[in-house]
Amino acid sequence: MITVGVDVGSISAKAALIKDNSIIASRVILTGYNAKNAGEQVFEGVLADAGVQSSEVDAIIATGYGRNSVTFADKAITEITCHAAGAHFLSPGVRSIIDIGGQDSKAIVVDETGRVLDFAMNDKCAAGTGRFLEVMARALEVDLDAFGNMSLEADKAASISSLCTVFAESEVISLISKGERRRNIIAGIHESIASRVVAMGNRIGLTEPVMMTGGVAKNIGVVRALEKKINTSISVSENAQITGAIGAGLIARDRARNN
Amino acid sequence: MKEIMTEYYIEAKSPKEQTGKKIAWITSGGPVEPLIAMDAIPVYPENYGAMIGASKMGVDLCEKAESMGYASDLCSYARADIASAVINGGPIGGLPEPDMLICCNNICGTVLKWYEVQARYYNVPLFILDTPLCHTEYSPEIKNYVEAQVMEYIKFLEEVCGKKFDYDRMEEVGSLSVRGQELWQAVLDTTMNRPAPMTCFDAFFHLALIVTLRGTQTVVDYYEMLLAEMNQRVKDGISMVPDEKYRLLWDNLPIWYKTRWMSDKFAEHGACLVADTYTSGWCSALKYMNTDDFLGSLAEGYTRIFLNCGTDQMAENIMALAEKYSADGLVIHSNRSCKPYSLGQYDIQKIVQKKMNIPTLIIEADMVDERNFSESQIETRIDAFIEMLK
Repeated sequence: MITVGVDVGSISAKAALIKDNSIIASRVILTGYNAKNAGEQVFEGVLADAGVQSSEVDAIIATGYGRNSVTFADKAITEITCHAAGAHFLSPGVRSIIDIGGQDSKAIVVDETGRVLDFAMNDKCAAGTGRFLEVMARALEVDLDAFGNMSLEADKAASISSLCTVFAESEVISLISKGERRRNIIAGIHESIASRVVAMGNRIGLTEPVMMTGGVAKNIGVVRALEKKINTSISVSENAQITGAIGAGLIARDRARNN
Repeated sequence: MKEIMTEYYIEAKSPKEQTGKKIAWITSGGPVEPLIAMDAIPVYPENYGAMIGASKMGVDLCEKAESMGYASDLCSYARADIASAVINGGPIGGLPEPDMLICCNNICGTVLKWYEVQARYYNVPLFILDTPLCHTEYSPEIKNYVEAQVMEYIKFLEEVCGKKFDYDRMEEVGSLSVRGQELWQAVLDTTMNRPAPMTCFDAFFHLALIVTLRGTQTVVDYYEMLLAEMNQRVKDGISMVPDEKYRLLWDNLPIWYKTRWMSDKFAEHGACLVADTYTSGWCSALKYMNTDDFLGSLAEGYTRIFLNCGTDQMAENIMALAEKYSADGLVIHSNRSCKPYSLGQYDIQKIVQKKMNIPTLIIEADMVDERNFSESQIETRIDAFIEMLK
């Protein structure tokens, strides 16, 4: 059986092609202006990567903020349920998931089958999300991919107290003008994200083992800052960014099997 | 309903020489019965706030209030009301000017300053009924303190209306009020049936009468009719949500500008919001009211309303409702405007989860100010919550 999960997020669109119990192919592209197009493109891309015709696909589930614009999907399911299913597949023992994507961050607690027991999400604010990091990378003129490693070299994390992305950016600019080292500022940014996300996670009670998913999981600095705050190690799969798409593909498979 | 409310506002807005009646603005939790006994017309800025929200005029009016210098953190009912007074606009062309203001702080503290502002603006007398918070109990001190104020309230009404208070008429109004509340409770209780013949979104609509006209025969007649209709629906097995799968409880005020969207959103998942803490609030103090001595029990009834108690009591109320209406989950509206109603919600959530083990969802929004509502974020939360219930 072949199924595809399409995760159209606010910054990137992801697709994963699942055959029975394996991930055959996956793709990540920028969502851009048109979420519908991005969904179609990433879907076609993943089919091409796997060498599969669309007629061979048994079921498609869409997820992410653009889930309802993926009109060719059989059903739309939220990223909360999909990240839980994906994380459970990647690491079956996982009980808590911290997912930080482009425009939101979530904490999810799951049971031993990957079912969601509770979740919490950031409110109407971009602080503590991927977009926040992008804004900071621009202000610091540092490539976002270099953020993680640079922050690990910090001698002391700068303090960023503002909860608002725009004000935090001004804070960063004033730190730059005071001559604070970039790596220390970046470490401070990571700590501020970690504080927000952990406060949210504590609301629902994070249980070990903890996994991090979403695009921001690629940033080792954020992962380390989170680990320090919750005082436990956090696993990150190489498929962290496509966890939601994998979960969607798996749910599509299970649904198709049950039908 | 529409006709009753239209008639009510037409009378309230008629020239005073014609009706010969005084207009009293009063808070939603204020004791209205003495006003009706004095033949004054009660007008509710909060009901007006709901109208402003439902007609999506909230943002304009809130912005107007902000440009007058009021903080955007101030309650959106207060902002919308203060702004509409100044521009003489808003739904139905604004509220009729008051002859007096009656403010009871059993619902919140904001009303004190809000009514002071309006008393200055309209230059009319203001009566404040101060009901101390009953964290755990209604102490003898609170009892004496509030009962003394009820007497002052009557004196105030006699002065403003220029006539003696009619105690016999008061008891008639009191029994009508209690009867109205009992009927409202009976209407709400029809949702104990599976499937439910109505949802809380219907209750949000039908609520207007128990708020604005309680103590009149009109309310009793209307709810008798509504109750008969609901009972008939139950008998015929008609459900409000087609294919009712989940029964949920709602906490806090409605999101007035999004009631239709919310109602459709939940219904699409087969989720019926069977009850809520808000509309039940208008019969929550029934147990303290005495029909044989309405005026004597008024102090206790108005002091011990569902918002004027501690967080533990609020959690108890919610759990009692969840139990009574067999709710599978709880949806909490964290309302940026209504601080006393929203304070403690995270604790309440924990208490409910621990004691009842039912899933809960917190939605962040505002009852009138649409700028605090993010549709796609809320949609994701609701969708995920329902997926969790499955």
